[in-house]
Amino acid sequence: MAFYSGKVMDHFANPRNVGQIENADGIGEVGNPVCGDMMTFYIKVKDNKIDDVKFKTFGCGAAIAVSSMVSEMAKGKTIEEVMNMTNEDVAKELGGLPPNKMHCSNLGADALHKAIENYKSKQGK
Amino acid sequence: MKQVYLDNQSNTKLDKKVFDAMIPFFTDYYGNPQSIYSLGAASKDVLDLARIQVANFINADAKEIIFTSCATESNNLIIKGIAESLKNKGKHIIVSVIEHFSILNPLKRLQKEGFEITYLSVDSKGNVNADELKNSLRKDTILVSIQHSNTEVGTIQDIKKLVDIVKSVKVNDFIVFHTDAVSSCGCLPIDVKDLNVDALTFSSSVMYGPKGAAALYVKRGVRLVPQIEGGVQENSQRSGTENIPAIVGFGKACEIAKSEQSVNTQKIKELRDKLINELPKKIEYIYLNGALENRSPCNVNFSIEFVEGEALFLLLDAKGIMAASGSACANKNLKLSHVLTAMNVDVAIGQGSIVFTLSKYNTQEDIDYVLEEFPKIVSKLREMSPLYSYFLQTGKRKEAGPGTDFEHAHDHCHISED
Ligand code: FES
Repeated sequence: MAFYSGKVMDHFANPRNVGQIENADGIGEVGNPVCGDMMTFYIKVKDNKIDDVKFKTFGCGAAIAVSSMVSEMAKGKTIEEVMNMTNEDVAKELGGLPPNKMHCSNLGADALHKAIENYKSKQGK
Repeated sequence: MKQVYLDNQSNTKLDKKVFDAMIPFFTDYYGNPQSIYSLGAASKDVLDLARIQVANFINADAKEIIFTSCATESNNLIIKGIAESLKNKGKHIIVSVIEHFSILNPLKRLQKEGFEITYLSVDSKGNVNADELKNSLRKDTILVSIQHSNTEVGTIQDIKKLVDIVKSVKVNDFIVFHTDAVSSCGCLPIDVKDLNVDALTFSSSVMYGPKGAAALYVKRGVRLVPQIEGGVQENSQRSGTENIPAIVGFGKACEIAKSEQSVNTQKIKELRDKLINELPKKIEYIYLNGALENRSPCNVNFSIEFVEGEALFLLLDAKGIMAASGSACANKNLKLSHVLTAMNVDVAIGQGSIVFTLSKYNTQEDIDYVLEEFPKIVSKLREMSPLYSYFLQTGKRKEAGPGTDFEHAHDHCHISED
């Protein structure tokens, strides 16, 4: 069996929402304490919903697939819904990850949550 | 889709001539070489022949060859076999820090059993320091084991000189010098008399032979305690029914290597140099890992800055190109390879390591294909790399890794370009 699920490979090879948002409403960046990789999320918020989301990731196949999946899952959701999104949700949505790659899924939701916190602090909430 | 196999230090393609030589020993000549009826005798004959072929390849005597199942077993046998045989004379062993795990892990266990291990450092190119070896020698040193060339970065050690040092210092009269030559035997001539080593490991599966056969050369007079005990096979040094088809294949592979290696090596070296020279013209911020002059003809190892190695080789695989990486993410233990770490390669840069190892089956077209596809893959990954966009915007390198924060940046890296 292949190391990664087909879904992981699809998101890795054709990642959605790669890029940066100029004048983003929130930016979140996390470093991976295990292997030293990095993820940055940019969000635009409209009517309390994630209007646009983009990311940049330096990391393994799983980390890139996770970023892509997180960005897709977040789009159009409310801030609260996104804040409730967990790493497990993301890994599940990807059809699972190899055990030694589970830590990569932590980055995705964390970076997005950080971007939302950044947005909130800018709003002065 | 085009397939370009460039992971030949992991395993080489089986030579068709080798395969043909093996077939009858699966189907027709299945006798146990220890049996004396005719089918057994036929197996015994080819076992003897293979032993001569394998010995000839390294300029040894057939009696000095112990057949094993794989290089890991050969390395285990020499480490544990010598430790056990000489433990009453001494308990000190010297190895380089970049040895294969089949050397390093048995030593961990010996350490727990009271042996003392000295790990020789390497420089930024992966060279062992001869003076450090000299200064590490002790009256109770029983074994020195230093690899001939490194699988991952290709650096070739000057074994002859290192043996010279050990033999001329003469700390005692029992010290054994072993070299793990697995990574060299597929593409370099190896002569145990010229190297003057006491023991040497090599393996069929990386020299166009089958898996399941390897050898440990042990110079006459060196005694080791067997680690697999049973019958009288391999002169009771390694019991167990001989894997005749694999050993026949190994013998054939050695015979072929002896006759065609010099031509192949020249060809492989040209392909290697093409990659080493052309990739930096097409990709910026790319650094060669390992030595340039004393480098294995089949090894190419680059670090590509701002991208990660597993992502690199997965995208290469999607294009039919098979390679390896020493990056943390590509390693099961999620740490940068012990070889790059020992060479003091900057962690962030080591993350972008990619290893291509060549064989006689690779062609100019293969290399052209890599030169065409690989830069595109690097661009694709750099486009999504936050480290790269930060570098483009600020001219600074952001430190990736534990405790990373947005403001922290450093302007240099430890790795040097050749
Ligand atoms: S980002 Fe390093 S293992 Fe996934």
